[in-house]
Amino acid sequence: MQETDWRFRVAHREAWIGLGLALFNFVWWFAFAYGLGSRPVEEYTYIFGLPDWFFYSCIVGFLVMAVLVTVVVNLFFVDVPFDEEQEERR
Amino acid sequence: MNYAVLIPMIAFLLIIFFIGYWSSRKLAGSSNFISDYFLGGRELGGFVLAMTMVATYGSASSFLGGPGTAYTMGFGWVLLAMTQVVTGYFVLMILGKKYAIMARRYEAVTMIDFLKARYGSTAVVLLSAFSIIVFLFSAMAAQWIGGARLIESLTGLSYQSALFLFAVSVLVYVTIGGFRAVALTDAVQGAVMLVGTLVLLIAVIISGGGISNIMQDLINENPNLVTPYGADGNLGAAYVSSFWILVGVGVVGLPQIAVRAMSYKNARSMHRALIIGTIVTGVIMLNMHLIGVFARPILPGIDVGDKVIPLIALETLPPWVAGIVLAAPMAAIMSTVDSLLLLVSSSIVKDVYLNYIKPDASLKAIKRMSFGVTGVLGVIVFLLALDPPDLLIFLNLFAFGGLEAAFIWPIVLGLYWKWGNKYGAIASMATGIISYIALHFYNIANGNLFGVHTVTVPVVLSLIAFIAFSLLIERRAYDYHAVLYRNEKQA
Repeated sequence: MQETDWRFRVAHREAWIGLGLALFNFVWWFAFAYGLGSRPVEEYTYIFGLPDWFFYSCIVGFLVMAVLVTVVVNLFFVDVPFDEEQEERR
Repeated sequence: MNYAVLIPMIAFLLIIFFIGYWSSRKLAGSSNFISDYFLGGRELGGFVLAMTMVATYGSASSFLGGPGTAYTMGFGWVLLAMTQVVTGYFVLMILGKKYAIMARRYEAVTMIDFLKARYGSTAVVLLSAFSIIVFLFSAMAAQWIGGARLIESLTGLSYQSALFLFAVSVLVYVTIGGFRAVALTDAVQGAVMLVGTLVLLIAVIISGGGISNIMQDLINENPNLVTPYGADGNLGAAYVSSFWILVGVGVVGLPQIAVRAMSYKNARSMHRALIIGTIVTGVIMLNMHLIGVFARPILPGIDVGDKVIPLIALETLPPWVAGIVLAAPMAAIMSTVDSLLLLVSSSIVKDVYLNYIKPDASLKAIKRMSFGVTGVLGVIVFLLALDPPDLLIFLNLFAFGGLEAAFIWPIVLGLYWKWGNKYGAIASMATGIISYIALHFYNIANGNLFGVHTVTVPVVLSLIAFIAFSLLIERRAYDYHAVLYRNEKQA
């Protein structure tokens, strides 16, 4: 048994984060689009002129994801060297 | 001829040429030609990386076909298009640092290099090279036709002359400049797309008398246009959701995208690209498809979807601005074509020729070969696009989904699952491609199985095949560090 490269642990964690973000993104997108969008058209309200389901699902959903990705990358993503020699010198 | 539209387009092409030329001078002083030509020497920064991914991915379909469908289907199709936001972060996060580290460890320049080193199998290499050459070649040819049609409709040139103009522009800079030229021009083209779509969206909203006004017109015409279910109410939730696989997470398996995920300089570039890529993808997709829907009350009765964007631009903008804005779909098509061209050529030169035909080729021979193959491929595509054969159109239908079903698990599980082996990879690729083609015919005849897009079931089947065959035949844990010991021994 040999120890696992510490950079792999970082990489694996970040891949899981990616999967989590995508799942969250999907749930948000789906819930607003089909939760609000399945009502009869007469009951739609309009935000900035756009149908409410679309506004929450696609506009707000996109903004939320953009902010989330920025925050997650800045807080949880670790700067690791990619080349082997660099790593050995450390 | 419409000179006011033509001049900005030509200026745009000249800038692209200049970048190709400038990159080729950098290439001349290069010590590692293969890695520089096909991968830009792994030194892309965050902005260029994000833009080249967006631009490669955003093709004729996102700029002409997609908005055209949104014009017919209404908001349901914009909802569908927004599934693509996920590609902005998902691909780089999933392949991520492990891919970057392993690609360097394997000294991989192409996605196939990676598969070759991971699975150590000639069959895997040849099967992948074959799928890439066949499918992406067809995809590329289809984009050429789109590009030529766009020039044709803008300038009034004949289709043949338009195609010739397009072919020459693409070939010159891909052949001399290689990956770096492609990535840099992608960055310029990505910026053009971003600004162009914004300008056009604003112009369309003004011309339609504001969003509320447009919305009222849409409801008056057909209330279904503002629902998530499409104009005829037959756009099901399962079908739209399955596009999360086709144009969302499945994009991880596309070779032209995967190769970009090994081209960046360091972790900081990747972090920046994640943020920029997400924002730029989202803005472009949202804008383009909203333009498609909003165009409907302004210019009713357009029956060819691909013409919606050119027509609405010419309608709502002064000619010279329309020229600049329409450089955006042009940019999208060119940037997709150039990456595909380079990828097909790298599969031939690097993955087949250097691996199996002449491993000891001299640097000079490799250079000649790379330029030559890229050029010859271009000429063949040009000739095919002059009068596209049916087979080409047919193969293009499988390009996206078929490649995703073939490659997604060999790449992702090869990276993260140590039990994955070559039998799993071969089974997974074969299952993916065959079931995709079979299901395609089934769906045409009987309607979509389970109400989802064709890509869904083959992706699941190829996952099962990968796991089953890896565990059943010669099960052995893969050591991700083994290649390191081998390298050290040699050193």
